[in-house]
Amino acid sequence: MRRRQFLKILGLGGVAGAALPGTAGAARFAYDGSPDAVGVLHDSVRCIGCRKCEAACNKVNELPKPAKPLDDLSVLDTTRRTHADAYTIVNKYFPEPGKNPVFRKIQCNHCMEPACASACFVHAFKKSETGAVVYDPTVCVGCRYCMVACPFNIPAYEYHKALTPRVMKCTLCQPRLLEGKLPGCVEACPKEALQYGKRRDLLNIAWDRIGANPGRYVEHVYGEREMGGTSWIYLAPKPSFAALGFDEHLGDTSAPELTSGALAAVPAVAGVWPVLLGGIYAITKRKEKIAEEEKKAAVDAAIAKASADAEAKLSEELAKAEVANKRRIEVEVKKALEAAHKEAEGGEDA
Amino acid sequence: MTAEHKKRGTLFTPGNIIAGIILAAGLVVTVMRFTMGLGSVTNLSDNNPWGIWIGFDLLCGVALAAGGYTTSAACYIFGFKRFHAAVRPAILTAFLGYALVVFALHFDVGRPWRLVYPIFYQQGTTSVLFEVGLCVFIYLTVLFLEYLPAALEWLGGFDKYRGILIKVTMVLTILGVILSTLHQSSLGALYLIAPSKLHPLWYTPYLPLMFFLSSMFAGLSMVIFEGTLSHRNFHHKMDDEYNTNYETLQIAFARGSAWIMAGYLAMKLLGLAMDNRWHYLFTGFGVWWLFEVIGFVALPCYCYAVGYRDKNLGLIRLAAPWTVIGIVLNRFDVSLVAFNWRLPSVDRYFPSVGEIIISLFVVTVGVLVFRFIVTRMPIFYTHPAYKDSSH
Repeated sequence: MRRRQFLKILGLGGVAGAALPGTAGAARFAYDGSPDAVGVLHDSVRCIGCRKCEAACNKVNELPKPAKPLDDLSVLDTTRRTHADAYTIVNKYFPEPGKNPVFRKIQCNHCMEPACASACFVHAFKKSETGAVVYDPTVCVGCRYCMVACPFNIPAYEYHKALTPRVMKCTLCQPRLLEGKLPGCVEACPKEALQYGKRRDLLNIAWDRIGANPGRYVEHVYGEREMGGTSWIYLAPKPSFAALGFDEHLGDTSAPELTSGALAAVPAVAGVWPVLLGGIYAITKRKEKIAEEEKKAAVDAAIAKASADAEAKLSEELAKAEVANKRRIEVEVKKALEAAHKEAEGGEDA
Repeated sequence: MTAEHKKRGTLFTPGNIIAGIILAAGLVVTVMRFTMGLGSVTNLSDNNPWGIWIGFDLLCGVALAAGGYTTSAACYIFGFKRFHAAVRPAILTAFLGYALVVFALHFDVGRPWRLVYPIFYQQGTTSVLFEVGLCVFIYLTVLFLEYLPAALEWLGGFDKYRGILIKVTMVLTILGVILSTLHQSSLGALYLIAPSKLHPLWYTPYLPLMFFLSSMFAGLSMVIFEGTLSHRNFHHKMDDEYNTNYETLQIAFARGSAWIMAGYLAMKLLGLAMDNRWHYLFTGFGVWWLFEVIGFVALPCYCYAVGYRDKNLGLIRLAAPWTVIGIVLNRFDVSLVAFNWRLPSVDRYFPSVGEIIISLFVVTVGVLVFRFIVTRMPIFYTHPAYKDSSH
């Protein structure tokens, strides 16, 4: 997938989802990948469970030979999943007891909007122009979030490599596609249960086949819309896809859409938090300052009142003292005058 | 230096012997991990790529280290200056917590020397994990800078640098809250990408908000819990300021915790109501969900509230570890118990002995480093030479 387009869709999906929660579904199929992107159609009605696709995959990808030979059909008696030594496997199911078994081929579905690519924090997965989801082991850290994210449980890990473990999955034979060859499994299929072509064309073929065989097929093309659509699409005989182990709980929402809201919150938090926290800090500071000022004012007032009181008292005392002094002086003067008077009178007497 | 003497005299305490055994076992598993691969020591599989090294070491480690941002925000931003003495222990716990998270990741990822790739080499900007990684990386740096003044005071002679760090306390605190908001919630957002794998009782669009809210009361509870433990073991290191405010802080944090937990409970119920998922409550997973939500959120929340009302420190000190266990339970439920719930039981994950040993090893290293630092550096007391400082 082209990065710019991917981001644009991500943005559109986010905006549409936020603005119109009721109609968000309508925006989900806006992205249909590169117009010439290829895919593969697997038809479980045609598949005979010969494991030739597994053998071809093992050969073209130079994977280690398994313990049981690749043409040993007893392997089909256990339900398996992809792992580091097997990019594709075929499982056998009995949807209707007593009737013939039905086979399902499992490998990377090469999602239109891959969960692994969206989840990878070092951008090790890419949806290429051909439609293949390719992995770059030279940057992979080995966090295995891609494996957590993949709704189809496809990526496997080399748990027994100490220092150079890789994530292992089907490449849609990208190197062969670029050479103009078919994917290994498609080339090996003897029954045309696997059909390679442009995804657009394959969808038409699939629906035509459903229409041409009334009552034979489940009226659903698995992968047309699941998780935003996949490059590998599937046809299953009645009664259901679930009877072949297909997960029918996935919904149509693509993986990037599921996390775009949370990622969109990042700039909001980074922008709003400093302002909000700065504001709270300022309010706290201001409260402290006001409390401080009020305290100071109260203290000042108390001091002022105290000193005013003291002053008043002092002047009162002073006034009192003055009056007392005056009186004392008056008394003294009076006394002196009386004494002088007496003396004068005494002198006259003598 | 009396502590040194005491330590030398009692090196072979039961605690130290257990720690020694765990360290030795951890080293053996470490060697196995890096010579024979993850497969040789873990029960990880293609269906279960994340085990307890993510569920416990990363998710719980980060949530329980939230005491750093909650305490420093309470003290410096919200003006609870009384809690000043609690900031350093909380910052130290957070710093060690995050450092150990990153340390533990080196065991879990396939090629640990490439852990810096997403930050410096090639950025996967569409990934929630990229956001987590970037935030944890920056926040670890912030926590280191917040912790550094204590180390510089201990070493002595770096007053100029210490002064600069003290001056930017406010900036670091706000940065810490932003980064914590982002990555605490993003740890929940990691699981938004897998609606088909996580049980509907735990999968809700509120997951990021729930992880963030629960990190707050996880942090507050860890400060209460860790304070209680430290009081028992490092009482001789604590000064009057720490001891005077210690009980007030526990009561105030209990109150905060009770309120946030009540909000978290409301959100849990809203999550069920929004998507009408009540019927899942009557299944086995429903019973387990109620066990988590009532047993480890509602009840400790009630204890905190009563403990606050009655100023009952005993009840508060009971509720704190209870809440912490509840957080661990919640993170385990999201990452392990309710994850891959549709897979048949043979394909489900249970940790191996090797994984448990490494998790214990990481915790033990943390406790030992914590002890080393608080017995030497001014964490529980103000350094005599820096009495005037407000940090």
